[in-house]
Amino acid sequence: MSQVSVRNVWMEYPGQIVLERINLEIASGEFCVLIGPSGCGKTTFLRLLLSMETPTRGEILLDGEKLPGEPGPDRGVVFQRYSVFPHLTVVENVILGLEFAGSRLLGKLFGPARRRAIAEAERVIESVGLTAARDKYPGQLSGGMQQRLAIAQTLIRKPKLLLLDEPFGALDPGTKLQMYELITRLWREEGVTVFMVTHDLKEGFTLATRVLTFDKVRNDPDAPGAYGATITFNLPLGKAAPLVAA
Amino acid sequence: MSRRVINRRPSRGGKIFWGAAPFLIAVIVYLVFSALRLAENPNDKLLPGLATFGAAIHRMAFTQDMRSGEILLWADTASSLRRLGLGLAVATSLGLIFGVATGVVPYVRAGLSPFIAVVSMVPPMAILPILFIVFGLAELSKVVLIVIGITPFLIRDLTLKVGELPGELLIKAQTLGASTWQIILRVVLPQILPRLADAVRLSLGPAWLFLISAEAIAATDGLGYRIFLMRRYMAMDVILPYVAWITFLAFLMDWALRKFNQRCFPWLTSEAS
Repeated sequence: MSQVSVRNVWMEYPGQIVLERINLEIASGEFCVLIGPSGCGKTTFLRLLLSMETPTRGEILLDGEKLPGEPGPDRGVVFQRYSVFPHLTVVENVILGLEFAGSRLLGKLFGPARRRAIAEAERVIESVGLTAARDKYPGQLSGGMQQRLAIAQTLIRKPKLLLLDEPFGALDPGTKLQMYELITRLWREEGVTVFMVTHDLKEGFTLATRVLTFDKVRNDPDAPGAYGATITFNLPLGKAAPLVAA
Repeated sequence: MSRRVINRRPSRGGKIFWGAAPFLIAVIVYLVFSALRLAENPNDKLLPGLATFGAAIHRMAFTQDMRSGEILLWADTASSLRRLGLGLAVATSLGLIFGVATGVVPYVRAGLSPFIAVVSMVPPMAILPILFIVFGLAELSKVVLIVIGITPFLIRDLTLKVGELPGELLIKAQTLGASTWQIILRVVLPQILPRLADAVRLSLGPAWLFLISAEAIAATDGLGYRIFLMRRYMAMDVILPYVAWITFLAFLMDWALRKFNQRCFPWLTSEAS
């Protein structure tokens, strides 16, 4: 279960309101895509879900409980860049989450525990199609492979929420299509609730079960920071599982 | 032939030639002026000839000293390297611990970084007399001078390097369930170690400077002590080989640290490609 409630959330910085009156009820297992013009608070909203920042007003509930004040293993994230650890190989990147959980003091597993973790990691690595690259460093991988690694690394902790911040923004069109198939399949298999920020309308409507558009409804030309953006459209696309355009 | 100068590159052999040329020119210039002075006065001490150097090197590096029974060059080298190694080891450990702590933990940064910023402006040579008073004239004060001289630089450099790690990586580690300690151990330290080796390389120069200064002022052996002792006799035939030897040792340490980085952190080169 991973149901999200956002209740009257405001995000203000000194002299500037970024988000205002955000209200949302997202059922477990939805694929929400956040779209809107640049600088209208999509990424800020994602940062709130991740607890990188706390809302100035209002609250965000995950399964009826207030979000903790810092990022945790219940919410996984894939950024556009810098999502994987450059000093670890593919397999080491993926088992890292299990090592953090299994070894409080060293954050590193040895012997049979390590072999079990590697076996589990190899299944996830296979599901994102990186088996051939399992001992390579991220610097030796293409952009698309790095993002697949980032997704695999996140899924191994089985998060309730998967937060994607323009994860495919830097990829070429062909690679993007492959990534759409991958993320759709993994989303169905894992039953995780997804929030994805994108600039690409087509991408959004291809993947989402619900599209959320962010924009400013009020604008004061003399004081651009006086009003914040809010959710202008909350469109359920009426499909349980989206079809991927070929 | 009309290509711009910035686009013309020496070949592999050309690189060796152009690299060796300044060394050869320096040696030739020295030998010419040495020969000119020696022609005028065969006992000239300022620019001794090759034979004099040979004799001096033989005396210092391969013959037992009549008074102490030691071979002076090796005894001096051992004492100096012991002081330098100890100083570098202590400074590196302190730099790593405090650099990572100030870089990662905001409260430590708030508490320590203004203090370190001020302390790093204290000229170490200015407090050398205090060190001699507090720690005596023996080994400890020389090691402490090296430590005081380079630790603030190492701490500040590592704090900066930790700050340059992408924030995304620290957030990502938290979403994988890592504690602060686990983040330091598995994310920050492994990525900072190659930067540490680079920082130590850059502080080798100052470290030698402080070592030789301390030895020149108060010591009974060591490379710096010997050079300043020989100055009294204007023994250029000993001083110049000693300088060359010190330069060679410093170069060797720099080279070893660079190789250490290449060998131990294969992901660095893959990142660059």
